Amino acid sequence: MSAFFTGWLGAAVLSGIVIGVAMTCVAYMTWLERKFVARMQNRIGPYEVGYPHGWLQPMADVAKLLVKEDTTPRAADKLLFNLGPILVVVPALVGFAFLPVGRDLAIVDHPYSFLFFTAFASLTLLGVFAAGWSSNNKYALLSALRMVAMAASYEIPLILSLLIPALLTGSFQLTAVVEAQRGLWFIGYPVIGQLAFGIFLLCALAEGNKSPLDILDAESELVAAYNVEYSGIKFALFYAGEYAHTLAICGLAATVFFGGYLGPAFLPGFVWLILKCVVLFLIILWIRWSLMRMRIDQAIRIMWMFLLPASLVNLLLTAYWVVGR
Amino acid sequence: MSGGPIEVVERDFGELALNMGPQHPSTHGVLRLILHLSGETVIKAIPVIGYLHRGVEKLSEHLAYDQLAPVYERDDYLAPTANSNAYVLAVEKLGGIAVPRRAQWLRAFVSEWQRVSSHLVWLGTLGLDLGGALGGGTTLYMYCFREREKILDFLEELTGTRYHTNYNLVGGARYDLDAAMVAKSNALAASVGAALPEFWSMSGGNPIFQERTRNVGVISKDLAMGVGVTGPTLRASGINYDVRKAAPYDAYGELPFEVITRTAGDAEARFQVRMDEIAVSLKLVRTIVEGLPTGPIFARKPLKNPKATKLPKGEVYAAVESPRGELGFHIVSDGSAKPYRLKINAPSFKNLQIVPHILPGGLVADVVAILGSLDPVLGDVDR
Amino acid sequence: MPAPEIVAAMETRFSATPFALGVEIPAAELLTALRALRDTHGYRYYVLGTGTEAAAAFEVTHAVRNLESNDTLFVKVSVPKDAAEVDSIAFVYAGAEWQEREIWDLIGVTFKAHPDLRRILMPDEYPGHPLRKSFAMDTPWGYRPATAAAVEAES
Repeated sequence: MSAFFTGWLGAAVLSGIVIGVAMTCVAYMTWLERKFVARMQNRIGPYEVGYPHGWLQPMADVAKLLVKEDTTPRAADKLLFNLGPILVVVPALVGFAFLPVGRDLAIVDHPYSFLFFTAFASLTLLGVFAAGWSSNNKYALLSALRMVAMAASYEIPLILSLLIPALLTGSFQLTAVVEAQRGLWFIGYPVIGQLAFGIFLLCALAEGNKSPLDILDAESELVAAYNVEYSGIKFALFYAGEYAHTLAICGLAATVFFGGYLGPAFLPGFVWLILKCVVLFLIILWIRWSLMRMRIDQAIRIMWMFLLPASLVNLLLTAYWVVGR
Repeated sequence: MSGGPIEVVERDFGELALNMGPQHPSTHGVLRLILHLSGETVIKAIPVIGYLHRGVEKLSEHLAYDQLAPVYERDDYLAPTANSNAYVLAVEKLGGIAVPRRAQWLRAFVSEWQRVSSHLVWLGTLGLDLGGALGGGTTLYMYCFREREKILDFLEELTGTRYHTNYNLVGGARYDLDAAMVAKSNALAASVGAALPEFWSMSGGNPIFQERTRNVGVISKDLAMGVGVTGPTLRASGINYDVRKAAPYDAYGELPFEVITRTAGDAEARFQVRMDEIAVSLKLVRTIVEGLPTGPIFARKPLKNPKATKLPKGEVYAAVESPRGELGFHIVSDGSAKPYRLKINAPSFKNLQIVPHILPGGLVADVVAILGSLDPVLGDVDR
Repeated sequence: MPAPEIVAAMETRFSATPFALGVEIPAAELLTALRALRDTHGYRYYVLGTGTEAAAAFEVTHAVRNLESNDTLFVKVSVPKDAAEVDSIAFVYAGAEWQEREIWDLIGVTFKAHPDLRRILMPDEYPGHPLRKSFAMDTPWGYRPATAAAVEAES
């Protein structure tokens, strides 16, 4: 079985399966978010479409967005305008290729898969900047400029906090990272694990544009900001890309901090992975839908003054612990 | 403005002129703000109003005094009875028309419920502004509007409509309160009061909110007095002026309540003043129904021809404390059955005037925080 | 009812005539009177500014308040209809800026030395002053449909 999947045809088939599953998960993550948030806000959420629980709502949303008019501003930079949504969706989906769903079961089991994953997750910034710049719209431009400032601030603590699991494993291969958690999940390591996860969570919120750090698409100030000129299928791609990115980040967090596919044997490994993803996703939703947004200078100050030194100290502590082990 | 001259916004080199246009989620209505930005910092802010001007003052010169009270409820559409209350007070003052005590207490009752309802809208939309429609603000918004729905249901039971209640008549009130409604009012006050700590924990007690509103949009005492801001905006800058205490009307001369003031003058102070005012109003509605005097609610002779009420020649000014501030009516009468000139002293118009003074120096994110803390209602600004 | 000693002071200094809400003073004394009210008598809070078209003149009224003594004083000036010009007090009370713009917009009285006298409630290029008695209620309000074709045809 594994031999088939290491060939070209097998990899293509597996990629197709994973992308299909990922996009369906993305669609149903929107449903889950709307139901969960509705319960938080003392209401019901999607209800009519697919009575009684609204489970056809994502299909209705996709259908609506597909039939909308796809406008492009006359003075927009056509190449970047069309490239923006693609650059947001594709890197998130590529990330799924690296996540191990079972023992030695990852589409790309590269010695540096961890680094590749984080690199691809950061590529979404290019899509956002392309969209913001090319829209020929001052609101989008403000959002793109904010993104540059934010990206310079959160990328470093994000990478530094992700180095902790790599250090504790001794390798950048995601399958090895999961296997090294057989004894204790990395989140369980006193201080260094929890601090790394905390910093990672905050920076992941910033990267995914989630409240309290959704400064990029601050809907009440910048009116949908970088995707203000987008409609129809391109907007659907932005929307899907945001959820795909969140799902990928949750997958990464589940893999490197919470043991990935490891779990008691009464459920197969990938089910554990999915369960952990969903729980992390709900935690991110919980934070997103209860807290107000920070101002950009306050957010940047926190990242440089607090998260960066904390992640550096954490790195030193981990290195000391690993060497002394 | 179709077909009109293209507007050129003058700016210096390095400045970005951004139009927070009349259609915007956070400008509390059709307010247009022309912002000159240098990066994220606001250098100049020019408000442009008039998108909701409906010519109420011109209309007033063509309708009879008794017909006019419901018209003004559309001005400040979040606290409608405050408008008509001010109007009928002015007409009664000029015409020497006596109002029965029970009607005065009932007017205060409905006004206080609408103050709570208006402040709940303010709090919910402040959450939307600061938190975003796809974030924590929406949760606060939903909770506030849930409580407000109960208040609107109560008003619907009392008057037949949810908020343009047409409650005030020249010479009295229109609907009376019975024992069942009194019990409902007390239960409602208890339930809204029980929800307030949760709202506080989601807004004022939240460090992110405090960071967004502390030292943002500071209005000094001198600026407040020179520009003439009113209401919670004035009281948050340390000036203790509430029309209910300074020039008591309706039942307020006999009701005990405290006037909330703060000294900081920033958005957080204005937030705290309004939050405390909700609690004061909830206590007031309980006090009012406990001490409600008996008697009629309309003491004039039945009006055979409502269009024939004439007022003596002269000028009068009467004001109430609406949730936004001092809402006053200045009526010039020439002795006929219609006002000769009627001017509405709109609190939001005066509060909005402070925007070019306090917006510069802040960031774009502060613009929405400041506008939210000023609580303008464009119907009141433009009339 | 405004405080009688203030009314008396205004009468002596500025040849004012009292009326129900305050005093009426000659148009030339407006700036000095309001400056005196603000600086000497403590009327530092600006309440409102309004304009009326009376039978033979335009009346501009400013209301100011003394917060310590809780007294509101209305100061009225009259200007003839063919020379409808009055001093602007925007530099004395910052709140008068928009109120005077509204009086210019709706009544048509010009304010000398106003920092930014342009229309505030009506569109910028609107002809006429709506609150004048000569302005009919059924004056068409200039709505034109804003379809792309109509805009193209006009430009």
